[in-house]
Amino acid sequence: MKRVYVNENWCLGCHLCEYYCAFASTNEKDMARALKGIKISPRIRVEEMDGISFAVSCRHCNEPLCVKGCITGALTRVDGIIMIDKDKCISCYTCVLCCPYGAVSPSEDGAVLKCELCIKTYSRTPMCVKGCPNEAIVFEERGE
Amino acid sequence: MAIDYIYPDYEIVRNYDRCINCRVCERQCANEAHEYIESSNKMVSDDSKCVNCHRCVSLCPTRALKIVKSDHTFKTNANWEGKSIKEIYKQAESGGVLLSSMGNPENYPVYFDKILINASQVTNPSIDPLREPMETRVYLGAKPSKIERDENSRIKRNLPPHVMLSMPVMFSAMSYGSLSYNAHESLARASAELGILYNTGEGGLHENLYKYGKNTIVQVASGRFGVHKKYLSSAAAIEIKMGQGAKPGIGGHLPGKKIVGDISRTRMIPEGTDAISPAPHHDIYSIEDLRQLVYSLKEATRYTKPVIVKIAAVHNVSAIASGIARSGADIIAIDGFRGGTGAAPTRIRDHVGIPIELALASVDKRLRDEGIRDNVSIVVGGSIRSSADIVKAIALGADCVYIGTAALIALGCHLCRSCHSGKCNWGIATQREDLVKRLNPNIGYKRLVNLMTAWQHEIMEMMGGMGINSIESLKGNRLMLRGVGLNEKELEILGIKHAGE
Repeated sequence: MKRVYVNENWCLGCHLCEYYCAFASTNEKDMARALKGIKISPRIRVEEMDGISFAVSCRHCNEPLCVKGCITGALTRVDGIIMIDKDKCISCYTCVLCCPYGAVSPSEDGAVLKCELCIKTYSRTPMCVKGCPNEAIVFEERGE
Repeated sequence: MAIDYIYPDYEIVRNYDRCINCRVCERQCANEAHEYIESSNKMVSDDSKCVNCHRCVSLCPTRALKIVKSDHTFKTNANWEGKSIKEIYKQAESGGVLLSSMGNPENYPVYFDKILINASQVTNPSIDPLREPMETRVYLGAKPSKIERDENSRIKRNLPPHVMLSMPVMFSAMSYGSLSYNAHESLARASAELGILYNTGEGGLHENLYKYGKNTIVQVASGRFGVHKKYLSSAAAIEIKMGQGAKPGIGGHLPGKKIVGDISRTRMIPEGTDAISPAPHHDIYSIEDLRQLVYSLKEATRYTKPVIVKIAAVHNVSAIASGIARSGADIIAIDGFRGGTGAAPTRIRDHVGIPIELALASVDKRLRDEGIRDNVSIVVGGSIRSSADIVKAIALGADCVYIGTAALIALGCHLCRSCHSGKCNWGIATQREDLVKRLNPNIGYKRLVNLMTAWQHEIMEMMGGMGINSIESLKGNRLMLRGVGLNEKELEILGIKHAGE
């Protein structure tokens, strides 16, 4: 399965992936119109310390602890992608606590936020990958 | 506080309707020109820190930024222009020599732009390079002047060592130290993929790049940095650098603060020491001395590699080239006054040397007149900006061209001419780790390969148009060129007719 992988050697810590991620979920065509004046809630986050930086988003684990922990069945694994059903999520945040990568985050709109590889968005392909200026984020098949 | 006499040359214009405060401009500017103001939730910019490198403009995801030339002006004066006044302010403040980077930007004639290329019509057929064979391959090195046979009448194989290039272009000398490791790796990998050569410059060869030796020219310059037996024998050719177009008559100086880690190891000098390349080679004061170094290098590599001698285009260039062609060198590289540099005294860069077009034409003619043109191949550099410049250079008599600036532009350089600050925002002319990683060689080498592939197509199209199907038939074919707006003397030196003749 194709997944999003990150190479910290080339990550510049520019945070553009976060903005492209937030932009993707708005389904707007113009980023300025989509993100002007709002505080973004991206599904990918850049971690940085001491000159090292890399972006973290859902790994789409083969044995996902978030899905195991989900008490309402809102999180499911569909064709290898961990999907969130916003209608079923009750914001108990069990998944937020379970995820070993910190890739699931709380949000204010009644359901947790996580990367779904942009399959529900206008772009259809991960926008963090498209928006990365240095090929530090790639979307590729690396075997299971 | 002392008065700041200088108003910034460029202004950063931010479209606040489009700025989303993502702060990428702030994070990407090594000059710290942008800043986020928390209290007003607004990005602000300081024009005085901007070098106009376009890093922020290129990375801004909403295209909210642009840089404009300031319309702030001094009182109009045809003699004392703003530039001259500002330079005096700078020197009155610093007491130092003005430093500049990249090639001479001043308004001297560009002869390539006053030369036009021929094409076939009716009486001689043009060739479609997409349907018919078209040869861009060149061999550099001395050519035997006559065929010799042994006692059995077989041809003696006495061909001196050559290098083969898939097209008549090489990446010119830019040292590891002046360029980042990633820039060097991009050049090396692109050369290997393209079947051409790149040049180490006087910085030695990083141990990781020895595997690209077949595509490497190693340079021996006046500081002799990084020169040892393995370095010489790993390469396809060896270049002795006598001069550089951007600073003829001047040596080089890489400040000690850049001599760290791998650079110190590669140059074979202690960390923190200044790398000073003297203006002359202290063992070369004549053509005879040059001959000794040429043969020392040949001896050290068992006569398997061609030796290049690189000089700056200066007033007596053809006489100098004639001497070099008799010194045992296989290739002469001539660097014109527009050639680039990581740092040079401004006055030298802008006022010393001559245009490469004139130097090339006069060297080629002189060597042909003296019957020694086949002793050497001629490589020219110093602002080859496009495939058309290459075609014109070859028709003027060059075997091949060197490109430096064009290659850096392909890697992202925006010619902000601030290399000497060491804060290149594009990760090219810097050693700052966070900046170096901005140039991902996986992307960089592909861009270089793309540029060269595109130029090769264009060269073939232009040759086809002239009805020529090989670079060899174009070389020195000045009948394919005509001048426009040139005077008699210029046409005479270039050896071409005026358009309409």
